[in-house]
Amino acid sequence: MGRESVKKFGVVVFPGSNCDHDAYHALKHVMQQDAEFIWHKNTTLGDVDAVILPGGFSYGDYLRTGAIARFSPVMREVVKFAEAGGTVIGICNGFQILLEAGLLPGAMLRNRSLKFICKYVTLKVENAHTRFTSACTPGGLLKIPIAHGEGNYFADDDTLAELCDNGQIVFRYSDEHGNTTDETNPNGSLLNIAGIVNKQGNVLGMMPHPERAVESELGSTDGRTIFTSIINNVLHHSS
Amino acid sequence: MYQATIIITLRTSILDVQGKAVEHGIHSLGMTTVSNVRIGKQVQLEIDAHSDEDAARITDEACRKILANSVMEDYSYTVAKV
Repeated sequence: MGRESVKKFGVVVFPGSNCDHDAYHALKHVMQQDAEFIWHKNTTLGDVDAVILPGGFSYGDYLRTGAIARFSPVMREVVKFAEAGGTVIGICNGFQILLEAGLLPGAMLRNRSLKFICKYVTLKVENAHTRFTSACTPGGLLKIPIAHGEGNYFADDDTLAELCDNGQIVFRYSDEHGNTTDETNPNGSLLNIAGIVNKQGNVLGMMPHPERAVESELGSTDGRTIFTSIINNVLHHSS
Repeated sequence: MYQATIIITLRTSILDVQGKAVEHGIHSLGMTTVSNVRIGKQVQLEIDAHSDEDAARITDEACRKILANSVMEDYSYTVAKV
């Protein structure tokens, strides 16, 4: 892989982020890309090609998940970056922050079981025509772990209809045959939603952790297809 | 100085699983006349405001902008001079 095809990822670090190093490792050491941490108090993103809001418990999940992190100084820049068409992926707590920031529609409720759930799930790729999923097979299945207490996606009926009509639902919780039923829904999410994009298609939020599924030693490499898609699709900052 | 007391609950259209679990607990005590248990949170804050209206306006702004998420929550508040 030539250096010109290497992309630079900025991993935002909030107080309480705990998947920031996993995301950095996945991109830098496994995917062989450039990666750097961006402290949440930064007022610039630098010359990154894509931004990752990692998982964790930013601000201890006080008030609501993501509710305080979304007011961190760096988030003004993330919003600007996203509005200019920049690629942003929020994973788990990062997804929750994107919802609170209004970059994605909807909100996260407590899991219907009221339990923190940490396990592998099967995701069905509902839309393989996004910059985050172009390397996935349409309707294909990904084995990626979840680890959250508030992943029960909620939105009003109009918003849900809009998500469906625009193909904004990217991943749904399914079984190993691709059936999306109540039994395959780990947290109560409406329509088994595990990940969505914004209308413009440049901001993805997903509860499962692709950065934890990039090495076979750890059980799955399916997360790589998401990072490969991003690497294939984002333009290099200087190009 | 004013003190605002804010109550935030899940919107009534949303199933409150925590409230439901607590309701089952109450019923298991034999208190079967209890129903519709809803769990929420209370936020108290003090405001240096010039009038009741001013204090209410600031409280409402805080609720809208950070304290409550209107996608899933309702809020109500009272404001009192202290």
